[in-house]
Amino acid sequence: MESLTKLKQMARTIRCDIITTIYNTGSGHPGGSLSVTDILTVLYFNQMNIDPKNPNKKDRDRFVLSKGHASPALYSTLARRGYFPIEELAKFRKINGLEGHPDMRETPGVDMSTGSLGQGISAAGGMAMAGKLDNLPYRVYTVIGDGEAQEGQVWEAAMTAGHHKLDNLCVIVDYNKIQSDGFVRKIKTLDPLGAKFRAFGFAVITIDGNDIAEIIKALNKAKATKGKPTAIIANTIKGKGVSYMENEKGWHGVAPNAEQYDQAMKELGCHKKGRK
Amino acid sequence: MKDEKIATREAYSKTLIKLGKKHQNIVSLEADLGGSTQSAKFGAEFPDRYFNMGIAEQDMFSAAAGMATCGKIPFVSTFAMFAAGRPYDQVRNSICYPRLNVKICASHAGITAEENGPTHQMIEDFSLMRTLPNMTVCSTADFTSTAWLVEEILKIDGPVYFRISKIPIPLIYDENQKFEIGKGIQFGDGRDATVIATGVMLAEALQAKEILEKKGIDIRVIDIHTIKPIDRKIIIKAAKETKKLITIEDHNIIGGLGSAVCEVVSEEYPTKVVRMGINDQFGKSGNMRALMEYFHLTAKDIAKTVREIL
Repeated sequence: MESLTKLKQMARTIRCDIITTIYNTGSGHPGGSLSVTDILTVLYFNQMNIDPKNPNKKDRDRFVLSKGHASPALYSTLARRGYFPIEELAKFRKINGLEGHPDMRETPGVDMSTGSLGQGISAAGGMAMAGKLDNLPYRVYTVIGDGEAQEGQVWEAAMTAGHHKLDNLCVIVDYNKIQSDGFVRKIKTLDPLGAKFRAFGFAVITIDGNDIAEIIKALNKAKATKGKPTAIIANTIKGKGVSYMENEKGWHGVAPNAEQYDQAMKELGCHKKGRK
Repeated sequence: MKDEKIATREAYSKTLIKLGKKHQNIVSLEADLGGSTQSAKFGAEFPDRYFNMGIAEQDMFSAAAGMATCGKIPFVSTFAMFAAGRPYDQVRNSICYPRLNVKICASHAGITAEENGPTHQMIEDFSLMRTLPNMTVCSTADFTSTAWLVEEILKIDGPVYFRISKIPIPLIYDENQKFEIGKGIQFGDGRDATVIATGVMLAEALQAKEILEKKGIDIRVIDIHTIKPIDRKIIIKAAKETKKLITIEDHNIIGGLGSAVCEVVSEEYPTKVVRMGINDQFGKSGNMRALMEYFHLTAKDIAKTVREIL
């Protein structure tokens, strides 16, 4: 898929899937799923060298959702990309369905099990190191949350990536400014975030992380950068696309009620099949 | 048991180098203790496949998991304290939950950390590691069994946690000894009592057996080199035939070998079990011999305990 219009349409479809999935299950994390949607759309429909029919291909690009709680966004993206049927989304967070956080043994297309924050970025680093060792051309992408960057392990991993000059690794920070308990800058500020990554040996690109054209441009630049890993500081809006969720700290891990669901679907312009 | 003593970390590095030549996908990760665990010897042989991750154990264990998803077989080594304690969450969620093929080599376990004292004496690792689903937990007693183990665990497609020792310990087994994961090894057919030992404590148990023999007491000794899955059969047989069990381990008496043995007999054949080990307290600085005396873990202490329960 190439055209911007089509990518934007896909991002909208995925947002609709996210809202429907969380609404149907009655739990999940809508805010951080909606903020990261455009990034996942570009990765899976424009950038990554992957084959949904052969999800474990050795030389495929890898993706690790280090902020594992945004699983509704990842599952919806994987389903739309053809890794498994859309109907599976109805089993989100249900016994023998899709786990609350990504599980690589249960769900096709999931490259690493995540959920405990800080660990995914290290695993992505390990994949990048293995790629270098095997002389394989694949790239490794990981998305971390902004609150997640308060984990010390993130900076251990950043130090490793800088030291080993992992130019096949791209760390994207979904910088939506809100964590579970409130605004990041009030709880424990990350700023200056770009300078921190630069100090650890990264090339840093700051973008509007909800702008598909900017995401594509940044990922292309990261791909062309040699001798160092890239960190993309993606300034995003938590709850993007649903007015009452946008920039509201109450929507980290809460499902919408029936009325809110209807409003969200309307605002997103979703083709609604009727709620349960 | 021979007079020759050798640290099991020697078996680790020697075997790992041998395996490294054969298996190109073996990699070794270390957190700035490569001289102590002797993984540095692998590094000298295979510099491209050796990653000193610096003093960053959380990153090291999750990165090893990432490598394992790409078909590598990471052997991750550091002190037991920093293998089972500090990165517990990483071992649990990055390695055990996705059942990734990472081998965790824990050196300086228990009071073998000696003069480094309580902060470095990991006496809870059996407890922490054996409660993790998908994990195999091993604790060998000499050079021969450790060399066997390091090679044998390649057959397991999943995580393994095993202890190696820094201190020289007696050579117990000869090269012809047969070992099997999950199968204990029995010394003698004694019927008076059974001493079930693991790791560095096996040598003491065997000495206790000799001491008691001179007094006409015939005990059997069992080496449990696999803490999980534990050999239920050999334990139940001993419970039935000797009626009295003593466990001895370089570990807190809570949660380790003693607890595992109690779990087995309480379900299948309730039997009195005396648990010897560190009695729910932290360690102390001192040399191994002094510490063993302080915590009552010597052959004499074992022999005394046996006589008390007879």
